[in-house]
Amino acid sequence: MALQAIAFYLMAAITLVAGFCVVSARNPVHSVLWLILAFFSAAGLFVLLGAEFLAMLLVVVYVGAVAVLFLFVVMMLDVDFASLRQGFARYMPVGLLVAAVLAVEMILVSTTVATRGAAKASLGPMASGTLASGAGVSVTNAEAIGRVLYTDYVYFFQAAGMVLLVAMIGAIVLTLRHKPGVKRQVIMNQVLRTPATGMRMVNPRSGEGIGSGEGIGE
Amino acid sequence: MEFFNTPVGWTIWTVSHILLITVVLLLTIAFVIYGDRKIFAGVQARKGPNVVGPFGLLQSFADLGKFLIKELVIPAGADKPVFLLAPLISVTLALGGWAVMPVAPGWSVSNINVGVLYLFAVSSLGVYGIIMGGWASNSKYPFLGALRSAAQMVSYEVSIGFVIITVILLSGSLNLNQITQAQAGWFWNWNMFGGGWKNLPLILIMFPMGVIFFISGLAETNRPPFDLPEAESELVAGYAVEYGSTPYMLFYLAETSNIVLMSGLMAVLFLGGWNAPWPTPYLDHVPFAWIASLHGLVIFAIKTFFVFFMNAMVRSIVPRYRYDQLMRLGWKVFLPTSLVAVAVVAGWRVYTGFGA
Repeated sequence: MALQAIAFYLMAAITLVAGFCVVSARNPVHSVLWLILAFFSAAGLFVLLGAEFLAMLLVVVYVGAVAVLFLFVVMMLDVDFASLRQGFARYMPVGLLVAAVLAVEMILVSTTVATRGAAKASLGPMASGTLASGAGVSVTNAEAIGRVLYTDYVYFFQAAGMVLLVAMIGAIVLTLRHKPGVKRQVIMNQVLRTPATGMRMVNPRSGEGIGSGEGIGE
Repeated sequence: MEFFNTPVGWTIWTVSHILLITVVLLLTIAFVIYGDRKIFAGVQARKGPNVVGPFGLLQSFADLGKFLIKELVIPAGADKPVFLLAPLISVTLALGGWAVMPVAPGWSVSNINVGVLYLFAVSSLGVYGIIMGGWASNSKYPFLGALRSAAQMVSYEVSIGFVIITVILLSGSLNLNQITQAQAGWFWNWNMFGGGWKNLPLILIMFPMGVIFFISGLAETNRPPFDLPEAESELVAGYAVEYGSTPYMLFYLAETSNIVLMSGLMAVLFLGGWNAPWPTPYLDHVPFAWIASLHGLVIFAIKTFFVFFMNAMVRSIVPRYRYDQLMRLGWKVFLPTSLVAVAVVAGWRVYTGFGA
């Protein structure tokens, strides 16, 4: 349909331009903002492919959470990009080499997919009808992914979850520090406080005050 | 009618649909702001806006005019494109969320299969307007407000996500229309009450989940008592310090629209959306289809405004949270509670087989 073609070319163009601006922008915060735009238009391309569930996950996870943390860190760091760019010429050959390898790989993958047909290449066992779950019948996106993810690929799925759990615990272990002598609010103690422990009746004589306030509120 | 299936006709039809929803929404927001101020004033034994128009009803329109004719001041050190983009992004996202909201039977601009996820995504993107605005202002208080809002909104999205998962488990669909239809019939079919009398024990889970969703919604929309991004006693006005005139109005509009959106989402997910609290077989016999639509629309509006009213009451009554208390509530109370709830609801669905 004409509208879909317009939408595709528009979003593809935005993705490419945004991707280019990520590397060319001088201000790192602008780079992250362009990156977010690239993510967002990539999600739009997913929608055009009919993968609306993946598109929404891309927006929720990458744009809504990961990129916010990127932005959070980049905004707080005071990175001097002029000094970072000094070695640009020296690292250029390595960068070009990596870029060339990536480009060749992507071309190989896309030509393979083009010759074998997209459905067969991307669905793997699903296309040959060997899946236990019997996916591939007309169900919604989320249901199709769920049927495959929790049956045929359940071990990979669980393993990926374990890897993420280990990463999370590792991050906590690396950054958690118990500082002694920090006063923290313990809500339980506040709730359980009674007049007997929180109050002391005094009868000060004129001109002497109540002395030190020790013993109150402990 | 053939015309509306051609690309041009489809575009005209959809755009006019969007315009209708947007205009009605903006008018609603004008009166919602008025109502919010009246409720706030009533709690404090004041009169509130009462000068412009009868009972002050036109106050919001007077404010609109005032904002529009003020001078637009951009600070010299500000990042001008980002500074101006931030309120636009805020307001676009806030209004865009309404695209999937089922306001009446079979009546939403876009009836997509992942409607809940779409709304979740849009509400999680709302943080960008605030961060960009705070950063582009190139000033200390806005920046602090932006950082606070980033941490706050990311934290509370987690518990909102888990609460939404419990609702999805009960309804068996990510489509907002189907979630609403699953709650048809008497009011005990609403998800707030467990979704059907067979699931009645789940009221012990789903009612607290509804409360958690409501409170997380307050935090997600930066509403008092969680208005730390703009805490006026600490940060002057937070991310909005450097804003005035139309950009400020857009931020304000986005915030109110988000609050109404969250109220509507609460109505759809937990209070049955456009379903009446009683079975409605009489709607099958009405002479015109639009009567049934109007019936649904009125009920949806009543529920949304009820949630908004509670929202406004919380704003007037509860004092602002301290930042560490806010984080504690989000990560140490809501996250474990909602995680356990997801496990319990999933177990209930598997082992009792009482579907929606």
